[in-house]
Amino acid sequence: MLIQRLSEAFGVSGNEEEVRNLILEEAKPYINHYWIDALGNLIVYKGPKEGKEANLPKIMLAAHMDEIGFMISHIENNGLLRFEKVGGIDDRILPSKEVIVGKEKIPGVIGLKAIHLQKPHERQQVMSSDQLLIDIGARSKEQAEKLVKIGDYATFTPRFSDFGKDLLKGKAFDDRVGCAVLLELLKEDLPVHLYAAFTVQEEIGLRGAGVAAYRINPDYAFTVEGTTCADIPVSEEHNKVTRLGRGPAISFMDRTSIADRDLVRTMIQQAEEHNIPYQWRETTFGGNDAGRIHTTREGIKTASIAVPARYIHSPQSVINVNDFNNTVKLLSYTLTRIGKGGIVK
Amino acid sequence: MKEMIRRFTEAYGPSGNELVRDIITEEIKDYADEIRVDALGNLIAIKRPTGNDSGKTIMVDAHMDEIGLVITHIDEKGFLRFTNVGGISPSVTMGQRVIFANGTIGVIGIEVKDVEGPKDIKLEKMFIDIGASSREEARELVEVGDICTYHRPLEMAKDRLIAKAMDDRIGCVAIAQTLKELKETPHTIAFVFAAQEEVGLRGATTAAYQINPDFAIAVDITVTSDTPKGHTMEIDLGKGTAIKIKDRSMITQPKVKDMLIKTAKENNIPYQLEVLEFGGTDAGAINLSRGGVPAGVLSIPCRYAHTPNEMVDLRDVQATIDLLKIVLSQPFEL
Repeated sequence: MLIQRLSEAFGVSGNEEEVRNLILEEAKPYINHYWIDALGNLIVYKGPKEGKEANLPKIMLAAHMDEIGFMISHIENNGLLRFEKVGGIDDRILPSKEVIVGKEKIPGVIGLKAIHLQKPHERQQVMSSDQLLIDIGARSKEQAEKLVKIGDYATFTPRFSDFGKDLLKGKAFDDRVGCAVLLELLKEDLPVHLYAAFTVQEEIGLRGAGVAAYRINPDYAFTVEGTTCADIPVSEEHNKVTRLGRGPAISFMDRTSIADRDLVRTMIQQAEEHNIPYQWRETTFGGNDAGRIHTTREGIKTASIAVPARYIHSPQSVINVNDFNNTVKLLSYTLTRIGKGGIVK
Repeated sequence: MKEMIRRFTEAYGPSGNELVRDIITEEIKDYADEIRVDALGNLIAIKRPTGNDSGKTIMVDAHMDEIGLVITHIDEKGFLRFTNVGGISPSVTMGQRVIFANGTIGVIGIEVKDVEGPKDIKLEKMFIDIGASSREEARELVEVGDICTYHRPLEMAKDRLIAKAMDDRIGCVAIAQTLKELKETPHTIAFVFAAQEEVGLRGATTAAYQINPDFAIAVDITVTSDTPKGHTMEIDLGKGTAIKIKDRSMITQPKVKDMLIKTAKENNIPYQLEVLEFGGTDAGAINLSRGGVPAGVLSIPCRYAHTPNEMVDLRDVQATIDLLKIVLSQPFEL
């Protein structure tokens, strides 16, 4: 399954090579050409069928390849590894998690003193990431240095599976699920000049998307995300943001952009015309690549659509397969409409 | 000009949905050589040189968006949950009346059981009541993602004007009036009524890229020091246009600052110097466009910024227009 392979690939911000290679292999049979730019963004182009090129709009779809993770910053004399977080990670989720370290994917575990040995006040405290260490089984600095170097990346050990009804769990659905949506759309024949941008370094400040948009210089852009979902009992109804199984989540605004109203209108009109469920992303928290894309050059009309994912930025996030399929469907109809009849004003 | 101020400030136009654009267009269309609206919604009016001179390309900017509240959720009883668009103070927002693009009126309420003191006054505890009694009824009038603004008419207090959205419709008035009164110029001037300033100087970023100017002036409001225990600076209402020295988005280059001060002095236009410890304006974004653009700011002093009752003095507006008009009508070197 493609989503499984994408989820399990190792691609922390700045080190997206494995994900990029996987995506390129998958895309190659369907595309006209591609390029990889200086920051590492992979941009693949698929044109409309021959004879129909004239005047069709240039569309950029963006999904980021990178995931949150860690970078090794210091090796202790006893062989344990200090690390820095890469991207937004809650310190409370770190203890006792399995990780893989470096190109060789050395297995490791983020250790924590057993409960028997903790004093009562320690049991009440959250260990901050700079107090935690990764144990790769080495017994000395020399032993550890044979396996790992300063600057190596680490990520959560992948544990992908399906469960429940129509649900998938795994790491890095933010935003490998977006990458999977783009790959599905590349298989279709759409009446647009389609530039699928698989971007780098979104999690550490939307760094890849701006330069990708500058070079593509599209008429319209959409970012495709795996977005936060809090449809769990502890959340009040108005704080759930999105709900699994209710279709793709459309953004109206976040910290980095206000969605273009015409593009949003076009998506909603297509959802209603083709009976595709959709929901609002009911928050303005967070940001995504749209923030950089829409202010590129002379300004680019940009909107964001996302597959809801519970527990993102953790070792296990959860998506609903139907939301994924409906996101592909809604974007397919939307791009067809824009190619044939323009945006809905 | 008072009528223009009324029309501009009472118009609806939060960031990303600047419907005020149509009212501004109506006001200026007979005075510009070309008018266009770009992908982000900036309104750009071009005035070409009146003679055979080919002076500089100058960008004159005032942002037309205002702060607002965006709907995030509609509950089953028809109450609307919301969050801020731009810099919104929770304590100012409590109890306000608001208006949506389609004219729907609402009032702000709060979860009273959870409010014990001022520290509990938070946007996430508030909701908007538009008189609907179910989600279905509410959705006939508003949808998630719709934005409302404070709802207040313009009023006079002696010679001073009070309105919502003086920030920065008063700047829009100043540059629109300058365009109307500007008889001769050696320059190509792009008057930009910019979108999305309040959420991060976004419209000015893309407008500056398009126009690629040699020089830029932004007209915006600044806070004042003349109220009881006011801000630490030296800006009084009624003492003239404020030439910006610095804020968080830009330090005015000495050659720009000197040119503006010299022009004001030579023409007996009252001015003050603005050193703002916080905030930023579109000039900060324009300044960093492409290879860099020398930029200045003329600020109109304004009390009670980002409330429904922003107060300005007409004499300061006039001084701003006077200085801007002279700068734009003659050749200059930087």
